[in-house]
Amino acid sequence: MINNNFTKGLHDGVPIGLGYFSVAFTFGLAAVALGLPLWSPVLISMSNVTSAGQFAGLQVIAACGSLLEIALSQLIINMRYALMSLSLSQKLDATVRLCDRFLIAFVNTDEVFAVAAGRPGEVGRAYMFGLICMPYLGWAAGTLFGAAAGDFLPASLASALGIAIYGMFLAIIIPPAKQNRAIVVVILLAVALSCLLQWLPVFVGLGSGFIIIICTLLAAVFAAWRFPLKEAEFDE
Amino acid sequence: MSNASLLAYIGVMALVTYLIRLLPLVLFTKKITNNFLRSFLYYVPYAVLGAMTVPAIFTSTTYVAAAVLGGLTALFFAYREKSLLFVAVAASAVVFISERIIEMIL
Repeated sequence: MINNNFTKGLHDGVPIGLGYFSVAFTFGLAAVALGLPLWSPVLISMSNVTSAGQFAGLQVIAACGSLLEIALSQLIINMRYALMSLSLSQKLDATVRLCDRFLIAFVNTDEVFAVAAGRPGEVGRAYMFGLICMPYLGWAAGTLFGAAAGDFLPASLASALGIAIYGMFLAIIIPPAKQNRAIVVVILLAVALSCLLQWLPVFVGLGSGFIIIICTLLAAVFAAWRFPLKEAEFDE
Repeated sequence: MSNASLLAYIGVMALVTYLIRLLPLVLFTKKITNNFLRSFLYYVPYAVLGAMTVPAIFTSTTYVAAAVLGGLTALFFAYREKSLLFVAVAASAVVFISERIIEMIL
């Protein structure tokens, strides 16, 4: 009963929503910088609600990739959500009906999952509905403001902000790599493969979406084979 | 790009992402016990972000030299465990300043 309070969920979602606003702002900027109309990044954010997948999708769209390419890029990059949804399904209590799961699944992001998983015991329907409000709002509003800002941005500032998303990606992967040598290996392997596929003339014509998929599969399979996780590491 | 093809891209993205999140939540009730699969899924985000960052970061700005300086700045602050927003803004600021200096020299 303690974990089934809408207001409590709403409150727990505020810091996630604030964080999402700034990331989504960068997404909106990046989309407009690639020449997409203002409405499109907002629609992407409101229908996808995922960061890495959306940025990868932008790259495929900008390169005029095929629909198969964009579908595969989303499948590979967002595959991790399958594990989170699987784990969350064990965490929901009896107040969550089947139809509620259709809504919860829509906004089951890394951070929403992390907060829900961190609650002691099971979580209920009202708590989950409260929890997803602010992250969704922050994600949608951040994208709109970023896209609108991008429309008036001078070229010098747009160029400088072009590096922002990559700075953000580094800020996500570097800190955990300091503690874990296997993660360092995964990153270096993925980077080396990505440069190889991008620069070797043999692979010219391979879309950037496919390059990311190939690098991800090879690096993550190699790491899973060489550095299988111990039980405790899954809780990180 | 036409609005129709843009909508097709967005529709496919949204559908694939939603199904990945939805299916396990409504179909599976047992946990994955296969350690290889769990390890693979654990490493996926790092591989994805690494491959997406390099070499794309070098062509993300007007001048490659500025991108290298911005990238090193991001690496430095990421290693110091600064927030996502701080790292992104610091890298952008270094790129902005470097590009103004480069344009003064050229």
